[in-house]
Order: sequence, then C-alpha cells, then structure tokens
Amino acid sequence: MNLLQEAFQYLNDPFNWTRPNGILDLAAQHLRISVTAVLAAMLIGIPVGALLGHTGHGGGFTVALSNVSRAIPTLALLTVFAVTPIGFGPTATTIALALFALPPVLTNTYVGFRGVDRDVVEASRAMGMSEPQVLLRAELPLAVPLLMTGVRTAAVQVVATATLAALVAGGGLGRIITLGFRQQDYGAVLAGAILVALLAVATEVLLAVVSRAVTPGPSRLTFGRVRTRRPGGGAVPVNP
Amino acid sequence: MLSAASPAVLAADEAPNPWFDPSYVTANWDTILAYLGEHVRLTVAAVVLGALIALPLALLARRSRWLAAGVLGVSTLVYTIPSLAMFAFVAPLTGLSATTVLVGLVLYSLVILVRNFLAGLQSVPADVQEAARGMGYGPARLFWQVELPLALPSFMAGIRVATVSTVALVTVGVIVGHGGLGQLITGGFNANFYRAEIVTGAVGCVALALVADLLLAGAERALTPWTRQARS
Repeated sequence: MNLLQEAFQYLNDPFNWTRPNGILDLAAQHLRISVTAVLAAMLIGIPVGALLGHTGHGGGFTVALSNVSRAIPTLALLTVFAVTPIGFGPTATTIALALFALPPVLTNTYVGFRGVDRDVVEASRAMGMSEPQVLLRAELPLAVPLLMTGVRTAAVQVVATATLAALVAGGGLGRIITLGFRQQDYGAVLAGAILVALLAVATEVLLAVVSRAVTPGPSRLTFGRVRTRRPGGGAVPVNP
Repeated sequence: MLSAASPAVLAADEAPNPWFDPSYVTANWDTILAYLGEHVRLTVAAVVLGALIALPLALLARRSRWLAAGVLGVSTLVYTIPSLAMFAFVAPLTGLSATTVLVGLVLYSLVILVRNFLAGLQSVPADVQEAARGMGYGPARLFWQVELPLALPSFMAGIRVATVSTVALVTVGVIVGHGGLGQLITGGFNANFYRAEIVTGAVGCVALALVADLLLAGAERALTPWTRQARS
C-alpha cells in the first residue's frame, strides 16, 4: 500500500511530468520511436506480404521468419545494433524495433492476401481488372482485417518493447523504471510500470478502434452506432 | 557518445573488438554455463508452473461462454503489459531475486497456454464426447483418455510457443540481476561494449530456444503417433 502511495505521489507531482527528461519528454520519445518503427515495418512488410500472398509464393519463408523471430530476444537485438557503428541512441532502437515489428506485419499481410477467395480474384479478372487493380481493389479490402491484426500486434509489441531500450541506455518511458531500480526508489519503479502498461493497453484499444474503422463492409462498428444495411445486402464491398 | 564528444580517439576505441572470440568462450566457460543453467531453470519452471495453472483455468473456462470470454480478456490484458513493467510490478513484493523473474515469466506463459489449452479442449468434437459418455466414461476418464489425446496437438503447440517466448523473455530479468544469458548481453554492453560477450549471450539465447523447440517437437511426435499414421 505504501508503495502505491509513493507511486501516485510520483505521478501526482507536476514537476515529474514537465521537467526535462520528465514523463512528457520520455513519453514523446517513446511514441516517436515506436511510430517510426511501426511505419517502417508497414512500409516494407505490407507490399512484400501483399506480393507474396498475391502470387502465392514464399509461404514457408514467412512462417519460418515469424517463428525464428520469436526466439530472438529483443534485448539482444537492441544491444547488437547499439554496438555497431550506428551507436546507441534512438536510431539503433528504431531499427531494432522495426525488425521486430516486421514479422507480424509480413505474416498477417501474407495470410490475409492468401486467404482471399480465389473465385473473387477470378471474377475480378474476368471483369477486366488489371493485376494492380485486382491487388488493390479486390484483394486489399478483403485482406484488411488480417492486415490490421498484424499491424496491431506489431504496434503493441513495439510500444511494449521500446521500454527495454532503457536497459541499454536508450530513451523512452522504460527509463523511469531502470532509474528507479538503480536508485532503489520502488515508488518510481511502480509509477513507470503503470505508465508503460497504460500506454501499451491504450495502443491496443486505439488500434482495435482504428482497424474496425478501416475495415470495409457493413456492421463492423458494433458499438454506439446504428447499423446501416446496404440495399444490396451481403454484397462484397469493393471500395476500401 | 563517448567518441563523438571528443575528436581524440580513446585507447578503448582502438582496441580490437571482434564480434566473436573463441578464447572468450573458453576462458569464461564456467560463467557462461552458470548463466545458461539459470536460464534453463527459469524457463522450465515458468512453463511447467504456467501449464499447471493454465490447465484447471482452461477446464473451468470451457464450462461457460462468459468464463471463457473473461479468461481470454484478462489474458490479452496481461499479455499487453510490457515485460519490464511486469517485473517492476512484481519486484516490490519479492525483491531483487530470481523469484521476481519467475513470477513474471509464469504469468506470460500462463496466458499463452490458457488460450491454447482452451482452443484444444474446444476442438474436441461433441460427438466424440457424447459417444464416450454413452460408453460409460466418467469425467476423469473422459478427460484423460478421450479429450486429452485429441487436444494434445493444440496443447503442444501452446507449450512450444510459450517455451520459445519464455527463453527470449528471461533476458529481461537483467533488471533484477537474474536474466540468465541476458546477463552476458548487458554485461558486455557495460564492459565498454565488448562485442564477443554480447554475441555469445545473444547466440546462446537463440540456440537454446531452437533446441528447446526441437526437443518439444520430438516429444510431440512421440506422444501423438496416430497423427503420423493418418498422414502417410
């Protein structure tokens, strides 16, 4: 109980939020690193996954990649990049996290595109769509739910593991925890843990809402909105 | 940061810093082995304890849709909590000990396992359960002789994923000084970025995870001979 009070005392002190390298600074750094890493992973993973899924090649490769990546400790990756000429700092952290975000994005995009009903692809070809049109206007909308699951998994993972950068002298909210441990200030440790956990959960919730919003088709947004039925009912939506 | 601050090159920067050094491994073999032992102990304990807690939870959650939704919701929430934060939550209770790491690891393996256990139990066809009950199987025998074998592939898949991620997660235990091979990673980092030590720790972790996965895959094959027969 005493510790919880100390943690809330820490969080309740405005100086802890606004000072240089305070909570706001560290949170901004944390988010900047995370967003860059996830965007980089999406930039590489989505096109590659889409192409592999579209052509149907490389299934074994993506599965193997996602399996092996689970075995590599984030801490190791963060440290290894920090001791290359890149040096330790936000760049090394961002590259390591982007590499970590890549397998879930790639695998889910691949599975999403692979899982599109072949009849739909055939039909859109028969309607005269070119290959890029098939990819973007027929397959993409149908692959979006899985694709977004991949992005969500990756983003939550990245926000969570960005904390570990603090173990190898990086920035981010993890620093409050590592500093607290070093100073044996468990109130600060607990406060940092609460902040990091809240940020991760908030990311999960935010991306769940985003992925529902970008998923085409009726009745995806189940909460707080009147369901609208399309006159055609049950038709496959083509516009994303 | 050090070298960037001043143009003068420090002696430490001039010294050779190879990515891998066999002499480091041989000279520090005992240390490496001790950390490896801790790593293996923590992983095995976390997965076994996690499985022992997850099984009753999955059996309970199967009984109603509400319980299943609750268990899955809580497990998603727990899994979202970053590992460093998890150890930080536990540390005030158990101090800077291996127990802190173990408690955190058990929680993570638990949430992976309970999902897979539940999925495995739910995949048992209702007809089969009906038939077994009709033949006079009691609940215990039904579980051991009918449901468990049928759910085993899903169980083993969960145990494999949990083991591999636990091996990777143990390294975060460095925050309380019990990170197994992770100690080598941060140790090398703090010893003026000594690459050989870092790489030894990192490669050791990956190798350990792959060996554990192979062993479990072998165990799975041995435990479910009927799946091979059906396929060939």
